[in-house]
Amino acid sequence: MTSSMAASPPHSSVGAGALTAAGLGKRVRLPDHELTILADVSFTIRSGEAVAIVGASGSGKSTLLSLLAGLDLPSTGSVSLDDIVLSALDEDGRARIRGEKVGFVFQSFQLLPALTAIENVMLPLELRGDRDAQAPAKKILERVGLGERLEHYPRQLSGGEQQRVALARAFVTEPDLLFADEPTGNLDTDTGRAIVDLLFELNAQHGTTLVLVTHDERLAARCSRVLRLAAGRLVSA
Amino acid sequence: MAWRQLRRDLAAGEIRILLAALLLAVMAVSAVGFLTDRAERGLAMEANRLLGGDAVLRADEPLSDSWRAAAAIPGLRQTETRGFPSMVRVGEALKLGDVRAIGAGFPLRGNFHVQMAANAPEIIAHSIPARGSVWMSRAGAQALAAKIGDPVHVGASTLTLTALVTQEPDAALDVFSTGPKVFLNLADLPATGLEQEGSRITYRLIVAGEPSAVESFLATAKQHLGRGQRLETVADARPEIRSALDRAGRFLGLAALVSVVLAAVAVAMAARRHSARHLAGSAVMRCLGASQRTLVGIHVGELLMLGVIGSAVGVLCALALQSVAGAWLAQSLGLAIPPAGWRPAFEGFAVGLTVLFTFGVPPVLALRRVPALLVLRRDLDVGEPSAWVAGAVGLAGLAMLLWWKAGSPALGTAMLIGILVTLAVLATLAFALIALVRRLRSRLHGPWRYGLANVSRRAGASVAQISSLGLGLMVLLLLTFVRTDLLSRWQQALPADAPNRFLVNVQPEQVAPITDALKKLGVASPTLYPMIRGRLIEVDGKPASGADYTDDDRAKRLAEREFNLSFAKTLRADNEVTAGKFWSAGGSATPEISVEQELATTLHWRLGERVAFDIAGQRYEAKITSLRKVDWQSFQPNFFVIGSPGSLDGYPASYIGAVHASSTQTGFTNTLVERFPNLTVVDIDAVIAQIRSTVDQVSLVVEAVFYFSLVAGILVLLASVSASQDERLLEGAVMRVLGGSRRQLLLAQASEFAAIGLLSGVTAAIAAMALAGVVAKKVFDLPWSPDWKMLLIGSVLGMLAAMVAGMLATRRVLRAPPSVTLRELQE
Repeated sequence: MTSSMAASPPHSSVGAGALTAAGLGKRVRLPDHELTILADVSFTIRSGEAVAIVGASGSGKSTLLSLLAGLDLPSTGSVSLDDIVLSALDEDGRARIRGEKVGFVFQSFQLLPALTAIENVMLPLELRGDRDAQAPAKKILERVGLGERLEHYPRQLSGGEQQRVALARAFVTEPDLLFADEPTGNLDTDTGRAIVDLLFELNAQHGTTLVLVTHDERLAARCSRVLRLAAGRLVSA
Repeated sequence: MAWRQLRRDLAAGEIRILLAALLLAVMAVSAVGFLTDRAERGLAMEANRLLGGDAVLRADEPLSDSWRAAAAIPGLRQTETRGFPSMVRVGEALKLGDVRAIGAGFPLRGNFHVQMAANAPEIIAHSIPARGSVWMSRAGAQALAAKIGDPVHVGASTLTLTALVTQEPDAALDVFSTGPKVFLNLADLPATGLEQEGSRITYRLIVAGEPSAVESFLATAKQHLGRGQRLETVADARPEIRSALDRAGRFLGLAALVSVVLAAVAVAMAARRHSARHLAGSAVMRCLGASQRTLVGIHVGELLMLGVIGSAVGVLCALALQSVAGAWLAQSLGLAIPPAGWRPAFEGFAVGLTVLFTFGVPPVLALRRVPALLVLRRDLDVGEPSAWVAGAVGLAGLAMLLWWKAGSPALGTAMLIGILVTLAVLATLAFALIALVRRLRSRLHGPWRYGLANVSRRAGASVAQISSLGLGLMVLLLLTFVRTDLLSRWQQALPADAPNRFLVNVQPEQVAPITDALKKLGVASPTLYPMIRGRLIEVDGKPASGADYTDDDRAKRLAEREFNLSFAKTLRADNEVTAGKFWSAGGSATPEISVEQELATTLHWRLGERVAFDIAGQRYEAKITSLRKVDWQSFQPNFFVIGSPGSLDGYPASYIGAVHASSTQTGFTNTLVERFPNLTVVDIDAVIAQIRSTVDQVSLVVEAVFYFSLVAGILVLLASVSASQDERLLEGAVMRVLGGSRRQLLLAQASEFAAIGLLSGVTAAIAAMALAGVVAKKVFDLPWSPDWKMLLIGSVLGMLAAMVAGMLATRRVLRAPPSVTLRELQE
C-alpha cells in the first residue's frame, strides 16, 4: 500500500481526513557529516484509521511524527493533510491547521506547569478563538475522571492524571487527527493500560484518526495497522 | 571534573549568562573605579592649578636645601616663591602692596593672564617677569595710577612695570587681598634689600609632576614638617571648590555602588538559572553514587574558575573601556587625565569573587540536596530549601560591598535599608496585583488573557521578577533623581548673576554715594557690608593668641591674623543660626557677637563665652550669643564674626560689597574708580569663570559614570527575563503545537512583559522618590520634594525595558520550530 501511494502527487484526491506522506526524508547537518534520520518514507492513512508507527529507539519514529504533524519541515518529500501540503505553508499556516484539525498527546505530557488542569485544556480552544472555552474543557475533564481536580496544577497531579489532562486537551477541540507519541512511556503498566484504554475509547467516541508512535508491540497491536521503521526507512506497513 | 564541566557548560551556553553577569559586575566596578580614579586625579590636578602646582610647602622661615633635595625626584618639577607685604610706590602714589617674588617656571600648573598695555587683549604669559621688571595686578595698578613703562619702587630697587596681571594662577586663594600685587623675578629680590632677618616673608616651595612622584613627595614632606611649615592642597583652598569636589566624590562613589548592586542582582538571577539547569544532571550524579561533597566540589570549583576567568576578562574589558572613555573625558574636559592606578583592578577581582560567592554560590549549593528520585520523576517538585540562607548570605555580601564601596556607613546603611524596603514594598505590591489579576483571569480572552494571566499563574516567579526588575529600575531612577538634583543644585549655586565685582575699602561716608552710583550703573539693590579689622586678644578673660593653638595649624593661623569683623541688624538669608539666638533688629543692651560655627569649633569657642579684640588700639569685648552656618556658595562677602548693631560704633570701619556687572558694562570699574579714587574694585569674573569651569567638568564626569550604570541596569533587566526563558520556550512551543500563531505568542509575551514592567516601574518610582528624599536630605544636604512625573517615567521606562529585554531574550520562542524546542527542553 505504501509503495503504491508513494507515486501519488501531493495534491491527490484522497478521502477526508487522509494523511499522506510522499517521499519523506529528513537529514541533519552535523559538524563532520550529514546524518540521514528519515529517507523516502511514503504512505497514506485514511480517515478514522488507527495506525501505529513502531521501531527501535533511534529509528526515526519521533521525527516522522514531527513531520506528519507539521512541527518540523522535511528535507525532501511532502506531507498532505486533507489535500493541504503542510510544507507549502509557513509556520503560522501550519499552526492554524494544527489548531483546527490536530490533537497531540506526548510522552512527557507537555502540560504548561503554570496553568491549572482546566486552563491547560482551555488553551487550544482559546488559541483558535473560542469564546466559551470553560464549559467544554470542564466537560471533557469530567469525562476523563478529573472533575474534582480542575484547579490543580500539573505538579499537584500524578503522572497518570497529567496524561489524562493531556488526553482531555487533545480531544477538547474534537480534532480530525490525533498524534500520540509514546503516550505510556512515562507511566507504570497499570496506569499506562488505563490511559491507553481511555485513549482508544475517546478515539472511537470522536471518530478521530489516530497516529500512535510506540515501541510497545502490545500497544501497537491494538491499532488497525502498523508501520514499521528501521534506520529511518519504512520496512513494513 | 569541575574544569570539564565548566568547558562543557561554556560550550553548551548554559553558563554564559552567569559569566556575562559576572563579567559585567567586574567590568562595571572596575571601569567605574578606573574612571572615578582617573577623574578624581584629573580634577585634583585641575584644582591644583589654583595652587600653581600639585602641592605647595609653605613656611614662614627660609626653606633649607634639604627640602629642595626632597623635591628633586624623577618626574617632579619644583619652583619657589616668596611673598610679603611691602610699601610700593609709583610716582607720588604709595600703597602697602603684596609683593611676590617668583622663581623660574612658576606657575607649574595654570597660567598668568596678562595685558601688555592698558587696553591690550589679555594673553597667557609664558614666562615670569624678566630681570629688572615687575608685573602688577590690574586693580593694583588702577589704585596706584600706574601705567605700563612706569618705574615701580619696591624696597631699594626701581623696576619697570611691563605687564598688568588680570588673572593669577592662584588668585582664588586670596580674593579679598586689597593692596596692589607686585610680581617680580626671584633673582631681583636680594637687590630690594627686603629679605632680612625678621621680615614677614612667606616661603613657598611648589612642586608638580607625575601623581606617584607628587604622592611620594607629600609622604616625605608630611614626616619632616617643622614649626611654621605646612602643606597646602586644594582642600585648603576656597570652600566652594572643596564642597564641589567633595560632592563629586560622593556622587561617583554612589554611582559605583549602584553598579555593584545591579551586578549582584544579575549574578543572583543567572545563578538561579544555572542551578535549575543542572538539577537533572546532579540527580543523575547522585544516582551514580556522587556524595554531596563531590557535587559541592564540582559546582563550587566550577564557580571559582568561572570567577577567576570572569574577573580577569572583566578587568581587561574595563581597562579597554576606561581608556576609550578616559580619552573622551579628557577631550571634553580639555585637561590631561592621568592614567588610573591598579587599585580598581584589585577591587574588581574582590567584588567579582564576593558577588559570585555570596550571590552565585548559595543557589548552586542547593544542587547538592537534589533528590536522586528526580531521575525517575522529572516532575518532582524541587523547591529551594536554602532560599532563606541564600537570601541571608546574599544580603550579608551586599551589605559588605555597600559599606565598602560607599565609604561611609551612613550612605551604605541608607542604601541597604532602601533596597530591603523596596524589595518588601515591591513584593507586597506584586502580590496585591497578582491577586487582582487572578480575579480578572476569567474575564480576559485569547493571548492577552494568557499573557496577563501568566503574571498571576507564576506567582512566586512573578514576585521575584517584579522585585528584581523594580530594584534595577529603582536604582536607575534614584540615580536620575540624585543626579538631576545635584546638577541643578550646582547650577543654582552659581547663578548667571553671581557677583563678579568686589568693592573694597569703601569709607563710611562713601556708602550712600557709592550705593547711588551702583544703582545708576544698573545694580538693582547693592548692599555694602561694614568691615572692621581686629586682632584676637582675650577669650573668656584669658589672654589669647596663636600660641594657644600649637596643635592645630588652621586655628593658629586664624588666631594670629586679623579678623574681619562686621555688624548687622538682621540675619542674612545665606546665614542660618545653629545654636543660641540672633539678636532682634533693635539691637541689644550689651555687645553681642555671632560666630560662624566651624570657626567656633576650630578655636574652641563656646556659646556664652566673652571674646575680646584689639581694634586699632581700642578694646572691643562681646559675648557669643549665637553660632551660624554660612552658605559659602552665595558669593556674597561673609564674616566669621558679626557684632550686634551699635556695639561696633566708633571703631574704624570700611565697607565692602559684591555686585554683578554685566559683560556689556565695560566701563564699570573705571566709572567707579574715577569718582572714588580710594576705592578698590576686584574683578572676580576670572575667578568665577574658573569655578564655573570646574563645576562643568565635575558634571561631565558624573554624567559619564551615570551612563555606565544605566547600561549595567539594562543588562540586569535582560538577565532577569532570561531567568525564566526555559519555561517560556516550553510554553511557546506547546502553544505553537496547539495551534497558536506567531502573533498570538507575541501578544501573550508582550502583554505579560508589559504588565511586569508597568508594575515594576510604578513601584520602583515610588521607592526611588522616597529614597531620593533620604539621600538628598541626609547625605547631600540638599532640599528635596517629590517629583511625580517620575511615576510616568518609571512606568514607561519599566514597560519599555521589560518588553524590549523580554522580547529580545525570548525571540527564540517565536523563531524555533516547536519540535526542536520541545526536544531540546526535554533532553
